[in-house]
Amino acid sequence: MTAATSPITKLRLPGTRWRAPLGIFIALVLSYLVIANGAGAQAQEQFINALTIGALYALIALGYTMVYGIIELINFAHGEIFMCGSFVAWGMITTFGFTGAITDLGVLAVVLVAVFLVSMFVMGIVGVIIERFAYRRLRNAPRLAPLITAIGVSFILQNLVFVGISNSIVTVPKLIPFTALSIGPVEIREINLFVIVLAVALMIALQLFITRTRLGTAMRSTAMDREAAQLMGVDINRTIAITFFIGSALAGAAGVVQTQYLGNTNFQVGFQAGLKSFTAAVLGGIGNTTGAAIGGFVIGFLEVISSVYGYGRWSEAVVFSALVLVLIFRPTGILGQQLADRA
Amino acid sequence: MTTFLDRPREFLRGHQSLAIIISAAIVLIVLPVVATFPPFNGFGVQRDWVGGFADAGVFVLLAVGLNVVVGLAGLLDLGYAAFFAIGAYTYAYGASSSNPVFGGLHIPFWIMLVVGAGVAAIFGLLLGAPTLRLRGDYLAIVTLGFGEIVPVVILNADTYTKGTNGITGLDQPNLYGLFGINSFGFQNPYLYFVTVVVIITIAFIFLQRLQDSRIGRAWVAVREDELAAASMGINTVTTKLLAFAIGATTSGLAGAFYASKLGIVSPDQFGFTVSFTVLAMVVLGGMGNVWGVAAGAFVIYEIQHTGLKQLGSFVQGLHLPVVELGPLKIDLASINFINYQYLLYGLALVAMMLLRPEGLFPSRRRRLELHEDTDEVAEFIAEEALEP
Repeated sequence: MTAATSPITKLRLPGTRWRAPLGIFIALVLSYLVIANGAGAQAQEQFINALTIGALYALIALGYTMVYGIIELINFAHGEIFMCGSFVAWGMITTFGFTGAITDLGVLAVVLVAVFLVSMFVMGIVGVIIERFAYRRLRNAPRLAPLITAIGVSFILQNLVFVGISNSIVTVPKLIPFTALSIGPVEIREINLFVIVLAVALMIALQLFITRTRLGTAMRSTAMDREAAQLMGVDINRTIAITFFIGSALAGAAGVVQTQYLGNTNFQVGFQAGLKSFTAAVLGGIGNTTGAAIGGFVIGFLEVISSVYGYGRWSEAVVFSALVLVLIFRPTGILGQQLADRA
Repeated sequence: MTTFLDRPREFLRGHQSLAIIISAAIVLIVLPVVATFPPFNGFGVQRDWVGGFADAGVFVLLAVGLNVVVGLAGLLDLGYAAFFAIGAYTYAYGASSSNPVFGGLHIPFWIMLVVGAGVAAIFGLLLGAPTLRLRGDYLAIVTLGFGEIVPVVILNADTYTKGTNGITGLDQPNLYGLFGINSFGFQNPYLYFVTVVVIITIAFIFLQRLQDSRIGRAWVAVREDELAAASMGINTVTTKLLAFAIGATTSGLAGAFYASKLGIVSPDQFGFTVSFTVLAMVVLGGMGNVWGVAAGAFVIYEIQHTGLKQLGSFVQGLHLPVVELGPLKIDLASINFINYQYLLYGLALVAMMLLRPEGLFPSRRRRLELHEDTDEVAEFIAEEALEP
């Protein structure tokens, strides 16, 4: 089975239970050493920074990989959904009238939950609408047609924001106080901790949803063989719509993370973040959710390492080279093939 | 029904290159003349129009080249502007008075046209060779990345490219006294217009011949069913690679010409919007049909550079009242229509793919294929085979 048809799969394999955690652990230690070599005293900060950026890319990459897994379409509009999500967050926060960090923990929690839920829900609906009106009719068309449609939708979203909301950078108040917590020897800012924990929680929830629920099973079977799944009574249209909803909701969450972590957004953020996240998805083996998450972190580390060594301006070139190298030497990605075969 | 036009039409169908040359001659004479008549003369003098036509010609060339990749071979190339940039910068390195790398080098324009195209072709091969072995989708994303990276590299490698400032003082084409013309100079758009029409004519003839050759049929076969094409003995990778490289070559050629006309190259001329615009031209014009694509490119270019501006001043001239709908204030006169162009392209692409995927001026084969009516396609192919 090729990577292209690889379904959404789970990581845990009999007999290889410890291989993946061990590999991740070794990779983390190695990247810490590489960062420490370049950043010196700021190693810890940069390492956490890499994890945070990686979490952001991972959240976006999940949507790419889920959509590709189920209908084999590179959803170019996905990066723009992330961008729109950040604008929903900006709209809500400025409408509520917040201008800076919220010190009251209760208020902060309520506001954050509200912003995340609304952004995720709105973007999920947008994703479903896009699928319904732009992609569904082209499901059996020649491959070029939906790809061109996707790039068209991406331009529509980007330019709707451009002409309708803002043609430059908008600043978004960071709601989470800019203070650091000490956990043992580790010092970590609240925002970084929040982003990493949130992303990991969402990923675990997604994994559980895909592997443990009826809908998740329907998604996996649709990804594997659409017609067979249909014959088994799976409602294909509904399943694909749900896939778009979840993927877009995750991108919406990533949009909120963008505003809270970086404190700004603009109509162009979706393009580059989308490109990098797609690279992450390919890196992890497209169609594979665990792979996409890992790929996201790999991209985060690549980016931070290149900036630590003074090549921050070249981070895009580094990521792109990574994409081309992966495609040359291992087109099925880090995890892709092995898992697909045993699915 | 037979009319007196049938015989010449039949003749031109058999002599396509001649048809192309005649059309080019007509375009060459008619366009500058039309520009002097109302309403067009109200928008600008003939000189400006002809300068605009020369720029439009660059985009026609770009669109015709992309048509080979997207329309004929069915590969989505989203980084087409990168090859345009490579051609333009190659020209700047070969013929500029402020050359950051090869100072003092002044290679003639005509040689640099070929060099620019060649360098772009090499980059096309380097990028396509690893990617085209994989599924078509990967090409889209790799070219998208490449199109994004090239301007970034040009911007950042400022020791070699002068970064944002760009390379200035590019040489003008020179005919060395042929027809009494020496250097073209910036003042005379007519010479550029003639040159671009000549280049387009040559490219057209070349591509038309290629399309009707064994290679052209191989492209269509790969596009329609890669597996079947491979089973018939077509080497799908080299076939796709050739299409991709020819696209890159045309783009590089256009880039070299564009650089000499503008006299300056800078990274912001080659962003993703250029790739996207050219893609919109190909899709709207009709993928696979050279004539349709060329017409689409010309029309879109003129709308973009003259139409939207004129629409703006036209609406302002109407003195429409400002409509207030609660908090929403609609003031048409304050709308800058140029800002909406990419939104319009996006809408047009989606609408086109959903409603009329074969484009406004489709090739017949492409139309049948996109509508998936197998019987009709078979009928058409049989019909084509019977033709002498």
